[in-house]
Amino acid sequence: MAVTTKIWSDTYYDSVTLMLGSSMISALPGIDEAMVLMGTDRNKTVIRASGLIAEGTGSFGPNDIVIGIRSEDEAAARTAIETLEAFLTSKKGSGDRNITARTLAGALREDPGINLAMISVPGRYARAEVEKALDSGLHVMLFSDNVPLEDEIALKDRALEKGLLMMGPDCGTAIVNGCALGFANVVRRGNIGLVAAAGTGLQEITVLIDRLGGGVSQALGTGGRDLKEDVGGRMMGLCLEALRDDPATEVIAILSKPPHPSVVEKMKAIIATIGKPVVACFLGADEDALAGTHAVYAKDCEQCARIAVELAGTALPEKDEAWIRETAAAEAALLAPGQRYLRGLYSGGTLCYEAMLAFRDAGIPAYSNIAIDRELLLENPDLSREHTLVDMGEDFFTNGMPHPMIDLRMRIERMARDCAEPDVAVLLLDCVGGYGTHDDPAGALAPAIVSAKAAAKAQGRHLPVIASVTASEGDPQVRSAQEQTLRDAGAIVCDCNAQAVRLAFAILDRIEA
Amino acid sequence: MENKVNKLFSSQLAIANVGVDIFAKAFRAQDTPCVHVEWRPPAGGNKKMVDLLSKLKDL
Repeated sequence: MAVTTKIWSDTYYDSVTLMLGSSMISALPGIDEAMVLMGTDRNKTVIRASGLIAEGTGSFGPNDIVIGIRSEDEAAARTAIETLEAFLTSKKGSGDRNITARTLAGALREDPGINLAMISVPGRYARAEVEKALDSGLHVMLFSDNVPLEDEIALKDRALEKGLLMMGPDCGTAIVNGCALGFANVVRRGNIGLVAAAGTGLQEITVLIDRLGGGVSQALGTGGRDLKEDVGGRMMGLCLEALRDDPATEVIAILSKPPHPSVVEKMKAIIATIGKPVVACFLGADEDALAGTHAVYAKDCEQCARIAVELAGTALPEKDEAWIRETAAAEAALLAPGQRYLRGLYSGGTLCYEAMLAFRDAGIPAYSNIAIDRELLLENPDLSREHTLVDMGEDFFTNGMPHPMIDLRMRIERMARDCAEPDVAVLLLDCVGGYGTHDDPAGALAPAIVSAKAAAKAQGRHLPVIASVTASEGDPQVRSAQEQTLRDAGAIVCDCNAQAVRLAFAILDRIEA
Repeated sequence: MENKVNKLFSSQLAIANVGVDIFAKAFRAQDTPCVHVEWRPPAGGNKKMVDLLSKLKDL
């Protein structure tokens, strides 16, 4: 094995681009391990600990790119570096850089009409950039994570003083004036306004609303910590008031994990001022969480979307669930003795959480890396046991790696490992599209589904694969095309995650019987 | 406090994209005006310099 280290001085790329590059060259023939990082102090430690600094490597700093490669020989490393260079150059060239600026102030000189800043810089720099944006009178969507809690509170207070949105940190999804921001979908415009502290959940609900014939006025994100005690629902409050006062919004839908009790009280006070129907989905909360208000309870994303669409005056299509029983019976009949466990491998955090809650409510123990019940927390998120639901977008997996909604390789590797276990009976998958996500997630999953099923068959097992697509017909990936790709690969495609979980339960029920 | 959020809802959205450039591409694909800011860490990411600069700004 040879270790090669290359430094590109005074060159900056964002972490998503570098992680994609790193992941791409790691997969090249003859490469054992590869890292491509900015040379910050933290990254220096990481790359040194991985043994990817070759002897004689000169000094480097936070403004330099450092590439560390362990390969079979030097030729493989050279090819990898050339591939990386071509990839990064293509990024520079294809950045669609109609107008660019070096600073936010420069951007405002280019276009004084700018009214929102989308900020996705590394977390430790986020506060300074958000402050600049707010002080320039811009609304902010803060995609960055790893932003300290005290910074979040300070930034939200500053935004509130100015009457501006500060969606985030760690806000992955929003739709403002019909434009998808971050990981978000192209959906019909309409009269349902949403506010959520859960990114993929907001994608799932907006996509379902679109599919059910409804439309979205605005879909705002608050960041996952907004409804915790410390942040106190600062942004939820502003968003609810804005939707209340928005003439285009006739129904309001709220989505989050259960808020802190003190935040619930604040929300109740605001809801009392809203003269429009409200539906609230607090994943995992009791039905009476908003008792005393006119808000309608929804237990999951599907129910939330259905209630919102109905309240908005659109007749719901009939819910045909008979096929679930029939499909489950047919699939279960093909299983070999001993096959009894489900593996759910998710890229969307809220979708995994929703599945986990459904298991809890059904009284079926499922291990997870995001389990609420400590006894069901996976000791090692890399290793499944019995029924397991894995959120592969969680920090353990994404630390230094691209999010599984952008790069599906990690999930595909896990699929092969989990499905090779003889007692696995069902594989459950999400497939999330929309702007910001992988160009063709179903196309990336399809070969892995085919080979997982083929490998099982070679061992005399049948492997049902259940999937649902979180994308709309208007998305760049086109929902129906994604569904067809998955079906062609042998997956059973459900209308949404909640339905996919119901089908999985029906198969597990049959096994029990 | 004036709520400027409702004003945003009735305005043409125009975005400054600071950071990851895939988002700039997505905005342009949706015909939303966008200026991409080619962000780099201030002071070349040198922590001491960043702290000094922020102290200067506070003065």
